Amino acid sequence: MAGMVSVDHVSQRFGTHEIYAGVSFEVSRGEIFAILGGSGCGKSTLQRQMTGLLPPSSGTISVLGHDMYGATSDVLTRIGVMFQSGALFGSMNLLQNVMLPLEMHSDLAPDARAEIARVKLSLVGLADAVSLLPAEISGGMTKRAAIARAMALDPPLLFLDEPSAGLDPITAAGLDRLIVDLRDEMGITVVLVTHDLASILAIVDRCLMLDIARAGVIAQGDPRQLRDHDSDPVVHAFFHREMLPT
Amino acid sequence: MNSIPDTLTADAPARVKIERTGKGTTLSFVGVLDVVGTTPLWNRVQHAASNVASNAAASTISALTIDLSGVTSCDTAGAAMLLQAERSHPGPVTFRGAAEAVDTMLSRIRRAALLPQPSPPAPPPGWHAVLQDTLDAAADGFVTLGEVVTAVIRLPKRARMFRLNDLLRAADEAGVQAIPLVALLGILIGLILAFQSLVPMRRFGADIYVANLVALGLVRELGPLLTAVLLAGRSGSAFASEIGTMKVNEELDALSTMGVDRITMLVLPRLLAAVLVMPVLTALMELSGLLGMTLVLTGSGIAPVTVMHQVALAVMPFDVLGGLLKAVLFGAVVALIGCRAGLVTGVGPRAVGRSATTAVVSGILATIALDGLLALLFYRFGI
Repeated sequence: MAGMVSVDHVSQRFGTHEIYAGVSFEVSRGEIFAILGGSGCGKSTLQRQMTGLLPPSSGTISVLGHDMYGATSDVLTRIGVMFQSGALFGSMNLLQNVMLPLEMHSDLAPDARAEIARVKLSLVGLADAVSLLPAEISGGMTKRAAIARAMALDPPLLFLDEPSAGLDPITAAGLDRLIVDLRDEMGITVVLVTHDLASILAIVDRCLMLDIARAGVIAQGDPRQLRDHDSDPVVHAFFHREMLPT
Repeated sequence: MNSIPDTLTADAPARVKIERTGKGTTLSFVGVLDVVGTTPLWNRVQHAASNVASNAAASTISALTIDLSGVTSCDTAGAAMLLQAERSHPGPVTFRGAAEAVDTMLSRIRRAALLPQPSPPAPPPGWHAVLQDTLDAAADGFVTLGEVVTAVIRLPKRARMFRLNDLLRAADEAGVQAIPLVALLGILIGLILAFQSLVPMRRFGADIYVANLVALGLVRELGPLLTAVLLAGRSGSAFASEIGTMKVNEELDALSTMGVDRITMLVLPRLLAAVLVMPVLTALMELSGLLGMTLVLTGSGIAPVTVMHQVALAVMPFDVLGGLLKAVLFGAVVALIGCRAGLVTGVGPRAVGRSATTAVVSGILATIALDGLLALLFYRFGI
């Protein structure tokens, strides 16, 4: 399987505070890869580095063979990003939100753009919500619409930041199903940041765990294997919802 | 025994009896030690606990006994008060008579108190840090200016990122919707200037020249300046708020990950709208001002046609063009500062409000500074 994301000895410092160092991993085509860890360990920061929003303090990140920081729009159009808040444009309805990437990066006629956007919204179960504004929809619908917008240009790689955060278990399970379907039916590689244990065990093929105390990676592999066999106390506590021994 | 004559009853709110002997001090609590019951006791208890040593014999540190046998329940506030008394006492402290629930609460709060405490907040920055921040902000402003220039140069290649609808909406909000306010302000300014000038000028028999004075003042200075102040207040703050809210909601990050240039999509439409509407609004402000002036002068016996004649004599075409040129520059400065304030919005609930304030204050200051610079240049070139 070809490498979609390659992270090599990446670190991030804010001033003198080191968030993590020596982070290395690869994501293969067709994988659902998760970055795990407790609050404040740098999961979202690492994702911001992979999506080109933040340069790493050291190390290299290659996404689809390109350095993402300062990447041109030709490269950026080959990834889709869903932010934790959804980051839908509040002044546009859902259809316009999904149409925006098509409008920016394609020469399609407005009718064609609208049709493609409708299809994307239908794929995430929002066919009847195309004319609603982001302020008029629920949290679960916001996440779905954000995924639809991230998929607007049919990127081979999706980055999802906390897709199930703040959702009820049933809605979260539906979103998990959607992510698996995107991978299985459309061949999309998914990199997601989460600490939702149920989602991790249900859909993630491989994961990496960061730890704030050790400022780096403490485990990598199949989450089910890590849950059952990893002896690291933090990994064990994470997967078994236990407090860390004091 | 030096006792304080408190009456202790189990049914009363929390009370404390303080008994001092040569061997030490006993604090006997009764009642419910919750946040309500603790409030009137706190200072007395801490005072009694911390001042025991000075009341005791100089060679020994007296003991403190905290008797909780009369306490029916205790919440975190009560436990915090007791533990602070324990910490502030320099000698040995003994708890006695605590019910199991009270003892459990004390143990829990004691464990929590042992956790590392947050470091104290950093002291406020000194003058050099404030100066450095100001210089950094000024440098960032020039970076934004450079980004805008670059975006304008690259606009032909990024034409689809420049949304005409955004331009029209910004022009509508900054221009069309400002017309009533600008017209009203113009009339009032014309009225005030004419009236204030008329009184002293009449003493010299020069009331006819009020028209020259007010017209020139409006066309060359006050028209563009006041319109820019209005634009900063109405639209500069709106630009900062809109873009700042997008920043807080991660919409700007979303644009970046889509490969959309935020300057082209968000700043250029607003900048162009401000540049387009400012001359129009300024002209409206000036005409309204002239109307207000005419009303005052007509009321004082000068015929409108005479007023217009004086205005035509006083105001030259380059006065009008100079004023409109100022208006264009002021519009650009106000829009740029407003948009930049939005782009650099920080985090937290006050960030957007702070950006809007920055947009207004900096916009007005920059406009006045630029006006001074232009006045010098106009003088230098004899305009």
